[in-house]
Amino acid sequence: MRVPFKTTYDQDLGLFRDPVQRRWYAALLAAVILLPLAVPDYLVDISLVFIYGLCGLSLMVLAGYTGLVSLGHAAFLGIGAYAHVYFVQDLGLPWVVAVALAAVLSAGAGVLVGLPALRMTGVYLTIATLAFALIIQEVFTRWDSVTHGLKGRPVDKPVIFGVSFASDPAFYFLCLAVLIGALWLTGNVLRAPTGRAWVAIRDSEIAAQSMGVHLARYKTMAFGYSAALMGAAGALFAHKIGFLAPDIFSVLLSIQFLLMVVVGGLGSLHGALYGAVFVAMLPVLISEARDHVPQWAGHAAAALGKDAGAAAYLALDRFVKQPGLEPGIFGLILVLFILFEPLGIYGRWRKLQLFFSTFPLYKRATFRRQKTYMRSERLR
Amino acid sequence: MTFFAVDNLGVSFGGIRAVDSVSFEVEAGQVFTIIGPNGAGKTTIFNLISRIYEPTDGRLLFRDEDITDVPPHEIARRGIARTFQNIELFEHASVLQNLLLGRHAHARPHLAAELLFLPSVRARERAHREAAEKVIDFLDLQAYRDSLVVNLPYGVRKVVEMGRALCTEPALLLLDEPSSGLSVEETADMAFWIQDIRTLLGITVLMVEHDMSLVTAVSDRVLALNYGRVVACGTSREVQEHPEVIKAYLGG
Repeated sequence: MRVPFKTTYDQDLGLFRDPVQRRWYAALLAAVILLPLAVPDYLVDISLVFIYGLCGLSLMVLAGYTGLVSLGHAAFLGIGAYAHVYFVQDLGLPWVVAVALAAVLSAGAGVLVGLPALRMTGVYLTIATLAFALIIQEVFTRWDSVTHGLKGRPVDKPVIFGVSFASDPAFYFLCLAVLIGALWLTGNVLRAPTGRAWVAIRDSEIAAQSMGVHLARYKTMAFGYSAALMGAAGALFAHKIGFLAPDIFSVLLSIQFLLMVVVGGLGSLHGALYGAVFVAMLPVLISEARDHVPQWAGHAAAALGKDAGAAAYLALDRFVKQPGLEPGIFGLILVLFILFEPLGIYGRWRKLQLFFSTFPLYKRATFRRQKTYMRSERLR
Repeated sequence: MTFFAVDNLGVSFGGIRAVDSVSFEVEAGQVFTIIGPNGAGKTTIFNLISRIYEPTDGRLLFRDEDITDVPPHEIARRGIARTFQNIELFEHASVLQNLLLGRHAHARPHLAAELLFLPSVRARERAHREAAEKVIDFLDLQAYRDSLVVNLPYGVRKVVEMGRALCTEPALLLLDEPSSGLSVEETADMAFWIQDIRTLLGITVLMVEHDMSLVTAVSDRVLALNYGRVVACGTSREVQEHPEVIKAYLGG
């Protein structure tokens, strides 16, 4: 097991644990930069992973670090998307200004939701955000002059300082740059007093308050920052899908974001990214499976008998072509993760790491959570 | 000058008078202990002082200032820190992060500067770390600095929580049952630490405690409470021999 030898406090202030970790991240960055050469056909899909990464980051700050679960984050994405398109295409603002304004506007909406939400906790807050998302979706449908209502509105390709980012590789690098910037900003906040205050609120509001944390202020800040990230993601998302319609920003999308942070691993930035990869790639996997699984099953069953093969093929084919299969699978995965891997993919990765670094001495109990019956529930 | 005084404090929850016209005064540099049977209102007084509950009547005075209407998050800034009976640590954070949060009362967070992690933020973080390290040294927590609180035994958590309160550099420290759940040996350590906190750090201690050996060892003054009312107040011996106190504990 490698234990970094610390000689200054600055070593604990860095974004990376030690030089080894920094080199790994540099290698990862190099790999991501070279990726377009290796898989030029999948760049659009990978750009979506980056955009979802931003969304995951946004919800991770709110749900994973501050402990406020939101089921309305698609609304902030929508606000960012529509605002950005409106600023660029109707008002003719420069791209960078439009993204910044979209983020600010979304942050403002986040603060507005956050204010009444301060009096609510747990599932009540989640329901309030859900209601907010439904209202905002209705606004998207009705506000014709800006959103063009149900007709939807096409989105131009991004042009920044006169440079077009229309090509797939250019858009890929644009999304990557924004994601890295957001990761840097978020990493900075999380190692500063504000980030610590957020974690404190998540773990014990009453203790946080007694240590001088102004609960209302920090919860509002978390909402605002999270919504700002979502707004910026919305701008990129608008360019990615190329056409905005109100039904895109549905509750299902919000649930996907929540799935992202839970599956990735609550309370870690890595988790947001793992979750993004998972959620962006799952539909691709499902559609692949749709095409091939019934055939395979048919072949397998045909080995047992001709009629059985045909029957199995038909039954499975009918099952996988059912509409609404995707949300079902998403839901099932969410439930299974909460039951069997509450720490998500990142938690599983940490366990693997620990297993190999402490090889013959690994104890499963290291990650076992103690029942917290000792804590008093009276004060919450 | 009054250091800390509770004046005619009372609180009702519906029809229950949990604390009823309690008055006492704590002098600077004292260890002041509140004892009493279960449900006597000891922790309620603490929650009133840290402003988690709203008093129905009465006043709280700290360093000649009325703090009855100060918002809860301001209390730490004024110089009052506390621990909790059942430990309210940030469980999924390391010991060091818990202690650093104790520095929050001294932080002046500025979101824009923190987003960019400007040199000023870094410098302040270093200063906070130094203050936290002093507390780590004082309480011998070096071995646990980077462990997550969830993985620590109960006794250590108790000390970490006290450390977090010390990180706020309080003038008055409220300890809610510092020895509950501790072994005999750990309780003895706790007695030494409380004495050190008073003599070396010059912090006044107000505590709620059941373990009479600990109470006798460290307290300058003891207040006995029953059904939300003051039964006796004086030195540890005076209070223990007071007939009303014996009656409250043994019945009759």
